[in-house]
Amino acid sequence: MPKHELVLLKNMMQPGYTGSLADYEKAGGYQALRNTLGKIAPTDVTTTVMKSGLRGRGGAGFPTGVKWGFLPKDYQGPRYLCCNADESEPGTFKDRQLMERDPHQVLEGIVLACYAINAESAYIYIRGEMVLGSKILERAIGEARAAGYIGKNILGTGITVDVWVHRGAGAYICGEETALLESLEGKRGLPRVKPPFPATHGLYNKPTVVNNVETLANLPHILSRGPEWFASIGSPPKSTGTRVFCVSGHVKRPGNYELPMGVTIRELVFEHAGGMRSDKPLKAFIPGGASAPFLTPDHLDVKLDFESVAAAGSMLGSGGVTVMEEGTSMVWAALRLMEFFYHESCGKCSPCREGSSWLVQTMRRIMARRGQMQDLETLTDLCKNIAGRTVCAFGDAEVSPIMSTLKHWRHEYVTLIHEAEAANLIRPESMGTRH
Amino acid sequence: MTLSEKYKDEIAEILSRYPVKRSALIPLLYLAQREPGYVTEAAMTEIAGLLKLTPPQVYETATFYTMLNLKKVGTHHIQVCKSLMCALVGSDTVIGWIKTKLGIAPGETTADGLFTLTAVECLAACGTAPMMQINDDYYERLTEEKVDKILADLRTAGTSPLKSGPYMWPESTR
Repeated sequence: MPKHELVLLKNMMQPGYTGSLADYEKAGGYQALRNTLGKIAPTDVTTTVMKSGLRGRGGAGFPTGVKWGFLPKDYQGPRYLCCNADESEPGTFKDRQLMERDPHQVLEGIVLACYAINAESAYIYIRGEMVLGSKILERAIGEARAAGYIGKNILGTGITVDVWVHRGAGAYICGEETALLESLEGKRGLPRVKPPFPATHGLYNKPTVVNNVETLANLPHILSRGPEWFASIGSPPKSTGTRVFCVSGHVKRPGNYELPMGVTIRELVFEHAGGMRSDKPLKAFIPGGASAPFLTPDHLDVKLDFESVAAAGSMLGSGGVTVMEEGTSMVWAALRLMEFFYHESCGKCSPCREGSSWLVQTMRRIMARRGQMQDLETLTDLCKNIAGRTVCAFGDAEVSPIMSTLKHWRHEYVTLIHEAEAANLIRPESMGTRH
Repeated sequence: MTLSEKYKDEIAEILSRYPVKRSALIPLLYLAQREPGYVTEAAMTEIAGLLKLTPPQVYETATFYTMLNLKKVGTHHIQVCKSLMCALVGSDTVIGWIKTKLGIAPGETTADGLFTLTAVECLAACGTAPMMQINDDYYERLTEEKVDKILADLRTAGTSPLKSGPYMWPESTR
């Protein structure tokens, strides 16, 4: 028996559970919607969510109720909810499971959020590759509409919420909320300069909330069981509730594990994910997706909550935990992630667009044993000139693999450069032409 | 045949989802790609007319997204994830197998036009790595035997029962 209560994955773990409307209702689904719409004032729903301490599960961890509270109170025109289902952060694969296995849990959360922010339209922006997920959601929307949970005059309350699935087309950056909005408007997914924030100028320049799939899936439970119940789980007061942690890499049992926030990385990896896949010990891990700096075995007892991971020099991010065993080259690992960021840079800001290319080329050179000691300074210098100098957080994210591996495993870079020097492979090129 | 002749009802339904026409652009580009496997210039010009956009506005969006093909690809577009999480558990080996079996490198198409191989970035299946996507379907926890079977199935039947269903991994908590 699990020693922790499952919340989000509970239904789908029941034998025979298909995620159909009938199954979801049998498990108590849509009760929160029935007990909330027209019975509790929308502002009270927002207050409840604030009290629960729920923070965004997409990566930034912004308090959900507070985000909703930023919408203008007196604005009369349309407002929008966008469900961010563009799950693209390497190491993260939880939203896919939540959508494909229990789509109504997500839909109920969407309708509740729309009610709280007084929005009549919601778009689920799902990453384009998840064709199966988008079909499952569309079928679920059809079921919910037929049953009166979605559409006009929901359950006779006079409340309207329409939900559509909108497929992205293969761009990591569209998980950034303003890039998501641009993409949903049919444009290139380039993040917007903020302010103004989506709360006032979002989709079609109207007040908009963008919430992650897992964030929304928590709402029916918070409204059914109360904010105090939710706030008692995890590491209160700042990291409440569970997280669906995605474990990947060199472990015996990779996969999604729903645990209270604040569980240690040691417990997650060694008790739940079955420990290391071979007798090689753990060498490194990333606690929150590719954007989160690498940590070392010294950090195994760090609690996986927002504050503790930040204090250890990384971030909880999307909850994607990637584990690497002894023998993995950290320069290689950082290069792989750097290649990802280089490929995915949207090209809007020069430091990121140009810098990601230079970083990849410098890293490839070091990896190919053609590096020089001064390359390490070049890497650091480039990273410092990218982080904090871009429109969105991508710039900060893309430097984290290199900065953190340089911090913890600098000797591996140095060894590769020494090997280059020993092999006398360095060509007398000037810095200007070597890129 | 133009898109509006071929997909009249579907286009009307797509347009009805959005208060601003341009939002229908990516869905319409997908529609244009459905049969030929890529978006033609004629289709982009037609979509521009449908959405009251200029052809460059359509083109600038189409060129941003990796899933919109502007060139013909094979009947089965094999996309193997090469990001770190898959690479840790052998995605480079998977790419090597496919290269040998089909005789094509990433970016190439077999002479019969059946398969295109691409190495791509993270597809959100890191817990079931290594993995690949072929057209709309995911194939996960790949082994050489499984890859052989998938390629054989695609050659003979055009589809493979080894594709992933609704995702859950691990299948039970303990």
